[in-house]
Amino acid sequence: MKAEAREVTFLDAIRQGLWDEMKADPTVYLIGEDIGVYGGAFKLTAGLLDEFGPERVIDTPIAESGFVGAAIGSAMMGLRPVVEFQFIDFIANAFNMIVNCAGTNHYRWGQKVPMVMRGPSGGRVSGSAFHSANPEAYFNRAPGLKIVYPGTVEDAYGLIRSAIRDDNPVLFFEHKYLYRRIKGTISPDAAPIPLGKARLARAGRDLSIITYAAMLYVALEAAERLAAEGIEIEVLDLRTIKPLDEEAILATAQKTGRVVVLTEEPQTGSFAGEVAARVAEKAFWHLDAPVARVCCLDTPVPYSPPLEDEYLPNAEKLIARIRELLAQ
Amino acid sequence: MTALGSLYPQPSERTEKLAKTSLSRERQLELYRFLKLNRLVEDRLTNLYRQGKVVGGLYGSRGQEAISIGTAYAMGPDDVVAPLIRNLGAMLVRGVSPREVFTQYMARGGSPTGGKDCNLHFGDLKRGLISPISMLGALVPVMAGVGLAAKLQHKSYVAMTYIGDGGTSTGDFHEGMNVAAVLGVPLVVVAEHNGYAYSTPTANQMKIKDLAQRAAAFGVPARIADGNDVLAVYEAASAMIEAARDGGGPQLLEVKTFRMKGHAEHDDASYVPKELFEQWKAKDPIDRFERHLLGNGFATQEELDAIAAVIHAELDAEVDFALASPMPPPERAHEGVYAEGGMA
Repeated sequence: MKAEAREVTFLDAIRQGLWDEMKADPTVYLIGEDIGVYGGAFKLTAGLLDEFGPERVIDTPIAESGFVGAAIGSAMMGLRPVVEFQFIDFIANAFNMIVNCAGTNHYRWGQKVPMVMRGPSGGRVSGSAFHSANPEAYFNRAPGLKIVYPGTVEDAYGLIRSAIRDDNPVLFFEHKYLYRRIKGTISPDAAPIPLGKARLARAGRDLSIITYAAMLYVALEAAERLAAEGIEIEVLDLRTIKPLDEEAILATAQKTGRVVVLTEEPQTGSFAGEVAARVAEKAFWHLDAPVARVCCLDTPVPYSPPLEDEYLPNAEKLIARIRELLAQ
Repeated sequence: MTALGSLYPQPSERTEKLAKTSLSRERQLELYRFLKLNRLVEDRLTNLYRQGKVVGGLYGSRGQEAISIGTAYAMGPDDVVAPLIRNLGAMLVRGVSPREVFTQYMARGGSPTGGKDCNLHFGDLKRGLISPISMLGALVPVMAGVGLAAKLQHKSYVAMTYIGDGGTSTGDFHEGMNVAAVLGVPLVVVAEHNGYAYSTPTANQMKIKDLAQRAAAFGVPARIADGNDVLAVYEAASAMIEAARDGGGPQLLEVKTFRMKGHAEHDDASYVPKELFEQWKAKDPIDRFERHLLGNGFATQEELDAIAAVIHAELDAEVDFALASPMPPPERAHEGVYAEGGMA
């Protein structure tokens, strides 16, 4: 875990970010289930107990509301807890703590709650309904929270560090499909990546795909295939769900005049709907086609691979929708 | 006698023998002043509510004042407490002023939250106060975290919070107590057994007789105290706060009492048998403490009357101040969702 530029996986990058922030700030500590001796269900926190000891890597009973509440209390007293959910699906068990207690705290009585709540999210791993969720839409409308959802190794490293340094409760979602499938180079000398800033992942002129996390790669695959036909797709990686980089969203919408919002979540009530609404409200006169959402089925996440493939967006479905829009 | 009434100790009338205490006469008179202040502030609030001056609901602690006062009075200067809606007394002991309470209950711009939150929902870490959370049980995990911070920072402060009999039915109470026990944090949870959770009697909340029985599930020490004896509450809370400070982990203090009004001012409590009110009126904690002070020669009636007169004069002025205070500017609604800055 030396602080030098090196090629790592997405998972390693997050671990390195935790490590570096714990080294830099003695008030940062980790709390969650099986994160100490075992190193976490995905081994993301492996080695941290040995380095930082049991007062900074704390195993808890199975009690999501209990340990999120404890993190909130400790954050108010000057610590910077980083909570791990073993699977992000279990964040539902702490909904009251996050939405009602942490999110509203600063507004209600002026007391800040600097904490990060992170965990493995997303599907395409046959995890079925309880181990595949993307809960960003549930939390997006809750005031006072920030929501980060990186899609690259560099962003995972830079954004976990910024999330820990932020003075607000930050939800940090880690798509588990990316954990060991992508690699990148991280450096402790890299400039911090601010929350709330999107990244242009691919420039184009014909249509914009606005996306994040694992769907970034679906977007890039579709863009690559369409490039062979001379269709130039722009891909915007939001990186942060909240605060939302509306400026970047409107800029790409105005540039290409056609927008697909691609997200891995049931379509009804989706976060994609919020992005689409902003484009429709503020860039309507620049559009050449209706704003489209490409999301998941309005079903629980199914288990069997053919069913989950049907549930999830993929390049074929995306390209089909893009062709419809380009024809308009 | 109803089944519910039989859960409680019977009233010991006329002669007032409260718990033994090491508190000096002066400190007992200070306790009396806080008890009286608690009740008189709430009486003023009731009047303001009936005049339509209170914005939203009004929640009182009539009959339960000795619990808030006795427990908060047992805290050390660096200890941290999270009150619930019936713990105005704890806030007063920690230095909250009647002005803060009146302006807050009337949603004024100069109130502690500037109009952002209601009634007793404000806090101030400089005075060791965490703002209440309405979702019952939630403060137990949160205050476990306050205690955890003390432990991780190697500081000696203790966290304390309150819960009602109904609140102990929540998952958060159980998760919070268990997490606190396993992590060994300095936390005192005061469980106020006041007979009713809104309209639901304790018998419809649980099949156990004493809230203290719940402690066995977490492996934490428990005590039961007479919640209408401020000295008993103070002594029990002092012992448990010091036990928590000395590394004893979380402590559960059950205090037996009775809610002498409805859940809130709008609730006439018609579901409570009248004889229960009559029975508990005879055990009013302030009346009992007065009899103790007078009977033991710690104070004369004139001295007690003088304490009340000073409070009345202060409250007259503070109610006037609050009524004359402006409402908040509307644009404030936009401000303060996020804490600015951070370390980045």
